[in-house]
Amino acid sequence: MRRVEIDPITRLEGHGKITIFLDDDGSVANAYLQIPELRGFEKFVEGIPVEEIPRIMPRICGVCPAAHHMAAGKAVDAVYKADIPSVAKKLRELYYMAHFIHSHAAHFYALAAPDFVLGPDAPKASRNVLGLIEKVGLEIGGEVLKQRAASQHIQILVGGRATHPVWNIPGGVTKALTAEKRDEILELSKGQLEFSLFGLKLFSDIVLKNKEYLDLITGDVFEQVTNYMGLVDENNKVNFYHGKVRVVDPEGNEILKYSEPEYLDHIAEHVEPYTYLKFPYLKDRGWNGFVEGMGTSLYQANPLPRFNAADGMATPKADEEYQKLFDTLGGKPCHKLMANHWARLVEMVYSAERMIELISDEEITDPNVRIIPSTTPKEGVGIVEAPRGTLTHHYWTDENGIVTKANLIVGTTNNNASISMAVKKAAEKLIKPGGEVTDGLLNMVEMAFRLYDPCFSCATHSLPGQMPLVVEIKSPDGELLNKISR
Amino acid sequence: MSFEPKIVGFLCNWCSYTGADLAGTARIKYSPNLRSIRVMCSGRIEPTFILKALYEGADGVLIAGCHPGDCHYQEGNYKALRRHRMLRMILPGFGIEPERVRLEWVAASEGERFATIVDEFTEEIRSLGPLKVRDSLEMVLSEDVILNLDTAMEEGGDANEA
Amino acid sequence: MKLKAGIYWGAGCGGCDVAVLDVHEKILVVAEKMDLLFWPIALDFKYKDVEAMDDGYLDIAMFNGGIRNSENEEIAKLLRKKSKTMVALGSCAHIGGLISMANFHTKETIMSRVYLESESTDNPDSVLPLEKWNGGKEELELPRFHQMVKTLDQVVDVDYYIPGCPPVPDQIVSALSQVWEGTLPEKGSVIGAGTRTLCDECPRIKEEKTITSFKRTVEIIPDSEKCLLEQGLLCLGPVTREGCGARCINSNVPCRGCYGPLEGVHDQGAKMLSALASVLEPKEEKEIDELIGQIADPLRTFYRFSAAASILRRKKV
Ligand code: SF4
Ligand code: SF4
Ligand code: SF4
Ligand code: FES
Repeated sequence: MRRVEIDPITRLEGHGKITIFLDDDGSVANAYLQIPELRGFEKFVEGIPVEEIPRIMPRICGVCPAAHHMAAGKAVDAVYKADIPSVAKKLRELYYMAHFIHSHAAHFYALAAPDFVLGPDAPKASRNVLGLIEKVGLEIGGEVLKQRAASQHIQILVGGRATHPVWNIPGGVTKALTAEKRDEILELSKGQLEFSLFGLKLFSDIVLKNKEYLDLITGDVFEQVTNYMGLVDENNKVNFYHGKVRVVDPEGNEILKYSEPEYLDHIAEHVEPYTYLKFPYLKDRGWNGFVEGMGTSLYQANPLPRFNAADGMATPKADEEYQKLFDTLGGKPCHKLMANHWARLVEMVYSAERMIELISDEEITDPNVRIIPSTTPKEGVGIVEAPRGTLTHHYWTDENGIVTKANLIVGTTNNNASISMAVKKAAEKLIKPGGEVTDGLLNMVEMAFRLYDPCFSCATHSLPGQMPLVVEIKSPDGELLNKISR
Repeated sequence: MSFEPKIVGFLCNWCSYTGADLAGTARIKYSPNLRSIRVMCSGRIEPTFILKALYEGADGVLIAGCHPGDCHYQEGNYKALRRHRMLRMILPGFGIEPERVRLEWVAASEGERFATIVDEFTEEIRSLGPLKVRDSLEMVLSEDVILNLDTAMEEGGDANEA
Repeated sequence: MKLKAGIYWGAGCGGCDVAVLDVHEKILVVAEKMDLLFWPIALDFKYKDVEAMDDGYLDIAMFNGGIRNSENEEIAKLLRKKSKTMVALGSCAHIGGLISMANFHTKETIMSRVYLESESTDNPDSVLPLEKWNGGKEELELPRFHQMVKTLDQVVDVDYYIPGCPPVPDQIVSALSQVWEGTLPEKGSVIGAGTRTLCDECPRIKEEKTITSFKRTVEIIPDSEKCLLEQGLLCLGPVTREGCGARCINSNVPCRGCYGPLEGVHDQGAKMLSALASVLEPKEEKEIDELIGQIADPLRTFYRFSAAASILRRKKV
């Protein structure tokens, strides 16, 4: 048996490794995605005052710190049963919309687009954002840089910091928005909308109009049938900050709709010995392995799954594009994984439109952005849609608000099983017996995880050790007292 | 071999050090486990010195300064007291019993009292056992120690309960 | 001639890499001065490409993230060997970072929490990840998770440090320009930050009053002009290096010390403890205890970012 390793997998957030096993005839026997890195947030936050949580948790991931800031923010409000001022909700959502644009733009332009603009088998030295800028020219490249900078800047204007914000606190946010900043943001957000629409045009020109790429999207190499999860508002429209979690089956029927405190009734996580990352699944159905199709207990959470799980977008232009996506790809739900790239760009349009709505709201500069909670803290769950999937934070505290326990189910983790299966399928379909395993081919395998925009920094917030094959119990002096082998 | 505690004493020059000296010249016997370091005032003892001493192998640290109101630099000993009280709060997080760091006021005339304090403290440290911060760290760094997972589960939250 | 450079993350969050991207259009300047030959978040070079380089081939390697497992440590050593200059980028590589609060726990309690106790985990057979897994003909390995987080300079020789969680993007550019302009200070220096304390650059009004009570940030809405510490909110400004532009303070939130200690200070947490002792009023043990008892979680506040770099480094086992 031969083994082919891709180590590390690249153009993603965090660490990962793919190992492909080939039979003697050169066909793929198996493929594994391993996540080798972990950290341990849910343990080491024990003992910390809960109001510090929203400023600590962003360090789970520097690429989507705002997602953790928001989920943690909502959870700590819930810990105090604090009903925060409506302006605070709007400010948080505003901040979050800018974050989505930054995160999606970074993924699309810096990580994913090189595969399309330069081609999956372009030389690896140029198959990246710098090569991309060279190819598309400084004008477009410069605009991308400028607009990504603007989305980061909007977050700074609203919440003080883009990476690792410190501004959510139980009861609201720590700083109000001035009228001056409001005006600046309004200006910038128009540019953000234009930029988002430009992204769709680019996608249409470069990807949809290119037969080879279109085939890649509609073909069966990158296809997978599972359940789909996403946060929806009261009209079942996609929402990133508010609402309930909705899950639909592979045929699009709603099978679950739950609010934050109920997540434990519906989601469970499975452990495999070859990776540090757990595999969430629908609890009611029980873990039934790495299988797709109607009966599977696996679900995906990501832009396309969000689209599948909802009935539309809450803003006009985005909704139009939402319909177009499904019309083009043969209806809803859509199982074509590569369409995640497209959905991601549509979500940027939604974020920009929603941003304009929020910043135009008269209340947005209301100075009363926070209340001091008065109830005894206890327990709280916060759920938001992270750019990479539904994100759940859960904290328990003592009566002084000191964290006693924490539990997290992170965006990318939801997709762990799905990504593993996608990688395997791509390897099976692409690597042919007798054929040469080229760099370009392996990059196509990598495109299977890249389309998820996975963030293994996020996913690996937990920090276990290795399996103690041999357990040695030592005295404080280092003397061996007992040794148990498993 | 029986355990002989290593104790580092940071003694204020103006009072405690003189007190210790007095105990010495008066041939008052006290435990030989103390290694004294003379400082100009208890207020000059940075918490870093204490942590360093513990790291380098001390099983206990004694800080001794002038009685309240008697500090040559007016406020030095109050500062030492506040530092000491705070240090006690963080030591358990590092897995160290707060009793291993002790603060006492000893006047220049109190040779006898000094001897008693040292004896008592030595016994207290003896009963706590060796500290071995660095050995423990080296053991952990060598990665050959694997603690028992089952006990870990029973302990539950570790750092907070200590 | 263009400098050859590599950027890598160990156990970090990716925020330092984003900070490099956040230099925005200046990334083009960086790309003009440096050829990036390894950067997993953005480029497709693999470990084997680095292994194939001659020793000292790279002019500069920037390592962010802490050392949490055997893979982090191996790549740190590999990059050290392949680079003339090694830079620790960000709090994690510099002083352990926030994740080094894990050093107050044992590996086993963490593992147990994640795989066995977590409310959402269903693991009836107590399966745990294996360093070596054998699925019949297929064998897979995982890096060994170490008992504690280490700073970069606890495993390899480090030439320069750029502090911050994450470092301010402009500070990264200014530090890098020192590299290509050949104006680097002496080895071992912190670059891309100031030399004074954060309090020195903090715009808030300080009256140098003593502190008579501690408050938690959830309890009060602080005055936005006055020093937070004087309002009773524990702020690490007095023991933290300037350079971030008082980012948190400007959000009306106290500093937690991510820019690390000043020159010559080994233990940032102990230094904070010491600094605080100087500005408290009480002189009686009982009153002192009452006052400092109001500090919620002093350990993880004083050592929020620097546990791995502290003198004791971890909870003793
Ligand atoms: S220093 Fe901060 S931003 Fe950088 S990797 Fe560590 S946690 Fe992330
Ligand atoms: S203690 Fe904090 S708020 Fe006060 S001056 Fe220093 S940095 Fe500013
Ligand atoms: S205020 Fe403190 S914690 Fe915040 S960025 Fe600056 S140095 Fe870091
Ligand atoms: S001079 Fe003795 S304690 Fe200050």
